[in-house]
Amino acid sequence: MAQDNSMDGLAAAEIGPWPAGGLTRVPYWVFQREDVYAAEQQRIFQGPNWSYLCLDAEVPNPGDFRATSIGDTPVIVVRDGTGKINAFENRCSHRGALICLEEHGKGQRDFQCVYHGWSYDLAGKLTGIAFKNGVKGQGGMPKAFKLDDHHPRQVRLEALHGLVFGTLSDATPPLTDYIGPEIVPRIARVLAGKRPVVLNRVTQVLPNNWKLYIENVKDSYHASILHLFFTTFQLNQLSYKGGIVVSEAGGSHISYNQLDTKAAINKDYAAQQLRSDSKYKLADPSLLAGFHEWDDGITLQILSVFPTFVLQQIQNSIAVRRVVPRKPDETDLNWTIIGFDSDTPEQRMVRLKQANLIGPAGFISMEDGCVGGFVQRGVKSVPDANAVLEMGGHEAVSSESRVSEASIRGFWKQYRSTMGL
Amino acid sequence: MTDVYRLISQTQAEYARTIDNDKLEAWPDFFIDACTYRITSAQSHADGLEGGVVFCASKGMLTDRISALREANIFERHSYRHILGAPCILSENGDRVESETAFIVARIMRTGETAVFATGKYLDTYRVGGGKALIENRLVVCDSNRVDTLLVIPL
Repeated sequence: MAQDNSMDGLAAAEIGPWPAGGLTRVPYWVFQREDVYAAEQQRIFQGPNWSYLCLDAEVPNPGDFRATSIGDTPVIVVRDGTGKINAFENRCSHRGALICLEEHGKGQRDFQCVYHGWSYDLAGKLTGIAFKNGVKGQGGMPKAFKLDDHHPRQVRLEALHGLVFGTLSDATPPLTDYIGPEIVPRIARVLAGKRPVVLNRVTQVLPNNWKLYIENVKDSYHASILHLFFTTFQLNQLSYKGGIVVSEAGGSHISYNQLDTKAAINKDYAAQQLRSDSKYKLADPSLLAGFHEWDDGITLQILSVFPTFVLQQIQNSIAVRRVVPRKPDETDLNWTIIGFDSDTPEQRMVRLKQANLIGPAGFISMEDGCVGGFVQRGVKSVPDANAVLEMGGHEAVSSESRVSEASIRGFWKQYRSTMGL
Repeated sequence: MTDVYRLISQTQAEYARTIDNDKLEAWPDFFIDACTYRITSAQSHADGLEGGVVFCASKGMLTDRISALREANIFERHSYRHILGAPCILSENGDRVESETAFIVARIMRTGETAVFATGKYLDTYRVGGGKALIENRLVVCDSNRVDTLLVIPL
């Protein structure tokens, strides 16, 4: 596409061509190449998309800040004295050094670059330059130099139910339009009107391209095959229905399991849950003791927003996952595991125990940390071979079957349109 | 003091040897029944976060970690080598002894690739008696909050 050529000088033709087969074929070079990674940084992360930055609750008071990122771009999110959250690029306007070297902090009045002391207020405006007027009339900046011409790049912010998103592009649509009417209510379902409390943060370093993890998040087909914890311990016997919802643009999705309430109240099913033919049983089943939190019977909801945001509800375990590409074959998966300030001590303990299901040591998510690496290594010598994504058809549409790769096809639909591929 | 120090040192040496020799079914036996075992990071610990990468509130939950590892979880075969520092006894109160011990754990993948997987410290409460020291609470504080690929074998 001509517009992409002018945008970043990387012609789509140099990266492609994408193989035939519509959304059902994905070439392995897209997970391997440095030039693809660089183009993604320009077209996706600095382009017209929203990246999740942090929770509003992580910067509760004036002067609270967090260092985060939009793709490779380091970003500072800070609450100013008026209570407003601002974000700006964590790069000194002078010579490009990181302005902020801490992950997070509080009581910040301003930011000062350690290199030459250029300082910035909590709105991200350049406010001072050390020795601006020189010393004893010698040196200093030219009289014509204006601070106002040298503010760090501002990040446009929008928050939705306590999730703070940022974008570097003026062309990005409003956040709720971007996420779409199919997905927004499912974020509200988990977070609306609640005040999150962070229970843990951990970064899982994935030995694979970021898109292999995003594919995995959207892959409702693999869940009962790769993740054997529930089946091994016979923990999933009640009847479930569920489905997948794919956004119009394709790149955002929900996959969910819902208790079939008619079956659940059937005594046979209740009895069946107690009777287990498996020789494997949990020594301490309190791991999975939950509490009633939603009336809709949804026990699992995995939700993603293009390109790299994931909100997860597995029973009472809630986490946001921020996926950050590092190299073509390395990705940071940042887990923020949360409860709510309204939790009782018993509910809090439930969430702490159920957190054993997720994260880098999660009973049902640890495999996701290694399987992307298996692909990355498996395809290394065959950049021009293709993955096959035909489960559930050829389209990227919502369905009641989770034995489908429709959400993954949806990701590639939006990826290709954003990348001009 | 000397006896407590010897008992705790011996327990910790046996603990590391048990994990590194893949005798994981014996791992829960280093703990009393009403135990806690939690893996966190220095950053999360400093931030006062309650959660853990692993959060066990009973010996049964330790047992379940091992049976899941053996029977359910999928991962590439690997082993650990624990190198422990000398325990530092922090307090003694009746049969309850608090200690802190540094560790380095190397991970050896099936391919032979060996790398430092975790460094950190154990913050422990031991119950000492009958010529044994058993763990009541073990908080594993990893120096880094980054975990490479996955964590399945206990630290």
